Amino acid sequence: MPDLLDKRLVIVTGKGGVGKSTVALATAIAASRNGKRTVLCEVAAQERLSRVFHRAEIGFNEVEMADNLWAISIDPDESMREYLLIQLKVRAMRDLLVRSKIFSYLAAATPGLKELVTIGKIWELAQPERRVKGAREYDLVVVDAPATGHGVGFLQTPRTFAGIARVGPIRSQAETLDKFIRNHRKTGVKIVSAPEEMPVNETASLERDLVDEVGVAVDRIVMNGLYPERFTDAEADRLADVAAEANGVVRAACRAAVRECRRARSQRQQLARLEELTRAPVTTLPFLFEPELGVEGVGALAEELP
Amino acid sequence: MASIADLLEGKRVCICAGSGGVGKTTTSAAIAAGMAARGRKVAVLTIDPAKRLADSLGLPELGNTERQVDPSLFSETGVETNGGELWAMMLDAKATFDEVVRKHAPDAETRERILSNRIYQQLSNALAGSQEYMAMEKLFEIHAEDRYDLLVLDTPPSRNALDFLDAPRRLTQFIEGRALQVFIKPTGFGMKVFGRGAGMAFGVLKRITGVDLLQDLAEFFQAMSGMVGGFQERAKRVTELLAADESTFLVVCGPQGEPIEEAVYFHRKLVEAKLPFGGVIVNKVHYEDEMPLEHEELGPELTDAVGDEGLAARVRKNFEDFRALSERDRRNVEHLAREMRTRAVIRVPYLDEDIHDLAGLMEVNRYLFASGSEERAEIAASV
Repeated sequence: MPDLLDKRLVIVTGKGGVGKSTVALATAIAASRNGKRTVLCEVAAQERLSRVFHRAEIGFNEVEMADNLWAISIDPDESMREYLLIQLKVRAMRDLLVRSKIFSYLAAATPGLKELVTIGKIWELAQPERRVKGAREYDLVVVDAPATGHGVGFLQTPRTFAGIARVGPIRSQAETLDKFIRNHRKTGVKIVSAPEEMPVNETASLERDLVDEVGVAVDRIVMNGLYPERFTDAEADRLADVAAEANGVVRAACRAAVRECRRARSQRQQLARLEELTRAPVTTLPFLFEPELGVEGVGALAEELP
Repeated sequence: MASIADLLEGKRVCICAGSGGVGKTTTSAAIAAGMAARGRKVAVLTIDPAKRLADSLGLPELGNTERQVDPSLFSETGVETNGGELWAMMLDAKATFDEVVRKHAPDAETRERILSNRIYQQLSNALAGSQEYMAMEKLFEIHAEDRYDLLVLDTPPSRNALDFLDAPRRLTQFIEGRALQVFIKPTGFGMKVFGRGAGMAFGVLKRITGVDLLQDLAEFFQAMSGMVGGFQERAKRVTELLAADESTFLVVCGPQGEPIEEAVYFHRKLVEAKLPFGGVIVNKVHYEDEMPLEHEELGPELTDAVGDEGLAARVRKNFEDFRALSERDRRNVEHLAREMRTRAVIRVPYLDEDIHDLAGLMEVNRYLFASGSEERAEIAASV
């Protein structure tokens, strides 16, 4: 089995609020620093990348962010249009379809079709020979997947769709995508978690569903935002005693230390639970005491990734 | 500063909304427990409760109907409920959708045709907004039964809090399936909608999708057509309930820049939709009150008190880090209050332990239900 960054596609997933987008960006930066031509995909107009990089123009066309690093924001309507252009060789036919808007009505009425064409675009980016004429070739595609509300939704779309459409080009497209996602040599998944009870539980059940139901390879779990162990228990006890006697700023400083120690401790318990409840190897990323995480901060996190 | 008890005065429906990962579920449970402790009969409708919390409330299997939390749990925790009751249920979107179809299908044959249709079976999972819509549907149903003083709704963890507001419109539009009616009978009015060449375009489309997909869709929309009126009517009444004086939206967020911006955006959309905004709850705040005397330097007195130079240096560095975070949180919360033009901002500190029982919820409630002066006293006494 190849290493995660030697695959063609890495999907970064997890529940909301755990720093999934940050880890996706750090993963893409790490790969690009290793000399891989990497493209990072943002799905469903989150526009987060534009904010982090202070670039307004990240859209459906890939934009170069740094050496070996490009970014794209995948819009389902654009993906749909592109899919039609590739499917229909006769120009008059696709003009007819795009103009008549019938296809967008179909998309609005068919559950999952938008997700399907979004995954279709991700797959297209990951092909060694791109279908889009004159397009850049990449070594690796990193996807900041939509936050998992319930279960596995997004990654299950191709298979769901193959069940809805029994014949025709859409069905064979759905099957191609499903096969690619479940090919452990080509596609890997990274789940992002946080050192609290709920995210740990959800990570464990997400891994189970992804492996057992969807059949993808979960290569790695990232425990994000782990407080450093700055004080020993004995030191914390001593500082609590000092705080009880002291006033003002000394008292506040000692309290902050006691609090940090307690949180770091309870987070280590959650880390142990995560390791016990999951099968994939767990990597930790430190909590960065920075009021707002910019590109440099994420770059520092990239150094911590294996 | 405001107290939840004030914000919910005279309210019968409280909707907790916000983006994922900000502690919405815990906040909803705490609000419901707090109001039950104030003598109200409360039901909390939740999506995915933490298992340990559900277990500790004696609700290991939370189904699609309400169950009561044993009143003795309150007394064991030292909470006097004064006749209040706490009920909880877990929302199951698929089961709710099935219930709606069973209840409103005109006849048994239509009902079976819908329930067995493959498009329908994918609906509640795949159609964005259907989970949100079903949450509202359930809220509406329980509200109509009029058995509770207060309903607290924990909204689904959508990527975007706005999906929730948009859900009834999207679902009814979907079920109306006007555009798809054209596929069923591509003549007359439908042809005019699509313009010249629609017949040809339809032919091209068939080549891409395969005929069966279009047939399944057509069948589904035909089966649903008898229920369109019912769905529209219900969606209208759900929207009316959300906009009513007896309802209130509480926005839940975290103190970092991004969740704060999302909360501001969500508030703006609530106002635009003329929905009643009650207040905002910011979870996991690093309080400036913990960090007094912002500009005061930590001098040699720290080393004296701690009695160890190395340890004192680490304490100092740690203090500076937390001061920077609490300074950020203070700025962000100020910005939030200014943008929302509200004083109803409730801050809950970053607690040391995860909340996993009733005692934990009551701990959160010390902040949610505290008045301004009480709140300051709580914080001063904390740690």
